Amino acid sequence: MTARRLFPLALAAAVGVTVAFLALPIVALFVHTSPAHLVGALGDPSARDALWLSLQTAAAAILLIVLFGTPAAWVLATRRFRGRSAVVSLVELPLVLPPAVAGLALLVAFGPQGLVGDGLRGAGIVLPLHTAAVVVALVFVAAPFHIRQAQSSFAALDPAVLEASRTLGASPARTFLRIAVPLAAEGLAAGVALALARALGEFGATLMFAGSLRGVTRTASLAIYDRFGSDLDGALALSTVLVAFAAALLVVVRLAGERRAAS
Amino acid sequence: MRRAPALVALLLAGCGGGGKPAIRLAAASSLTGALSACASSIPGVRTQLEFGGSDALAAQIRQGIGVDVFAAASMKLPEALAAEHRARPPTPFATNELVLAVPSAGSPIRSLSDLVAARTVTVAAGSPSVPVGSYTRQVLDRLPAARRRVILGRVRTEEPDVKGIVGKLSTGAVDAGFVYRTDVLAASGALRVITLPAALRPAVVYGVTAVSSTAGTRQVIDSLLRGGCARALRTAGFGAPPR
Repeated sequence: MTARRLFPLALAAAVGVTVAFLALPIVALFVHTSPAHLVGALGDPSARDALWLSLQTAAAAILLIVLFGTPAAWVLATRRFRGRSAVVSLVELPLVLPPAVAGLALLVAFGPQGLVGDGLRGAGIVLPLHTAAVVVALVFVAAPFHIRQAQSSFAALDPAVLEASRTLGASPARTFLRIAVPLAAEGLAAGVALALARALGEFGATLMFAGSLRGVTRTASLAIYDRFGSDLDGALALSTVLVAFAAALLVVVRLAGERRAAS
Repeated sequence: MRRAPALVALLLAGCGGGGKPAIRLAAASSLTGALSACASSIPGVRTQLEFGGSDALAAQIRQGIGVDVFAAASMKLPEALAAEHRARPPTPFATNELVLAVPSAGSPIRSLSDLVAARTVTVAAGSPSVPVGSYTRQVLDRLPAARRRVILGRVRTEEPDVKGIVGKLSTGAVDAGFVYRTDVLAASGALRVITLPAALRPAVVYGVTAVSSTAGTRQVIDSLLRGGCARALRTAGFGAPPR
């Protein structure tokens, strides 16, 4: 056989192996036990506590990320200043940090014996073991996903449009809120969806920095690990819910991408 | 392509280890220090160590991962595996003692009663499914209901294994935690032991069992029972198994 005929075969084999390898574990989650067992395990109040806590903390984290991250991304996308590339790298660093490193870093920064622990305690703020610590951990690991996406969406805007807004007398704030944000809306939505997916999946940093207690700090990911040793059906049931969330978020990212490409 | 033979040789060397059988030993988190020190000197085998909460390790064994020997922080978990015909009946190889641990510097807590009396104490415990958490609940179950409720209310995190509790203690995230005496010894001075009243203390017995029939599991179990690992366990503060 010639290389010309081998190559398509090799490509087909590579696609087959890749797809099978990536899909198999997900399929296994759904077929390991009967659907009735999975649904039954979700009726467990502690499972619902975990999912509810995950949704609440992820929503709070996303709110903070959008509120602070979007203007930061705007500055990084449109201004040139000394040290800009250092700031960009710093903002992206949590993206590639192992979660255990993130958890430890948060603990030695905001923990009782941490870098700013005394200051926080003076202000009456204790983070570890509280729900607020979960939110802090989620913001730390998920923010770069939104900021990166928002930054590239803002950078892709036509400078002439922004310039026109300013020459027509709009203030910089008005240009940002009324022109830039709506024009970049699809990109921003994709950033939010990616950050939300990362926040819902967070495990290591939460366990190390916030702890694990039902209804307070035990999010769905932590509850899966907690059940692993004693209640495999319960762990699988929560896992399938997280898979469904993740799939829905991917659809959002995809639709946002298609709308952006069309406009 | 000319480099392939060298690569294959390298891989074989990595797998072969001079012909000694490789034994995968899954062990309770609390055994980390002691077994890391002795495992490489078990004669006739090459041990690969994996540490974790005993309950999570048992769950992995149920899923059929290739563990050869399971050393758990209880007899209950390996006995359950034996009842399911997934392992041989376990043998006790060490004992430990559940204690209350506090940071050695500046902690006002001196006894179990201080956990109840103090206003704002935070406590770390093991999750109920991991042995250290199950022993902790046995202690609390022997207390009067009112005191038990107060202490359970002060438990602010239920960790998946004992290392998580020690971590929370040593970073000051909690004021006190229920751990094993050997964990406090291993923390080299950072933690202080508060001995629990003898009437409350549960029997903490570690059990070891062969999960596979691989040649070499016997050497590992022998070492834990009476060889180099038994000595390493005594040095780390573990007690001799009950007769």
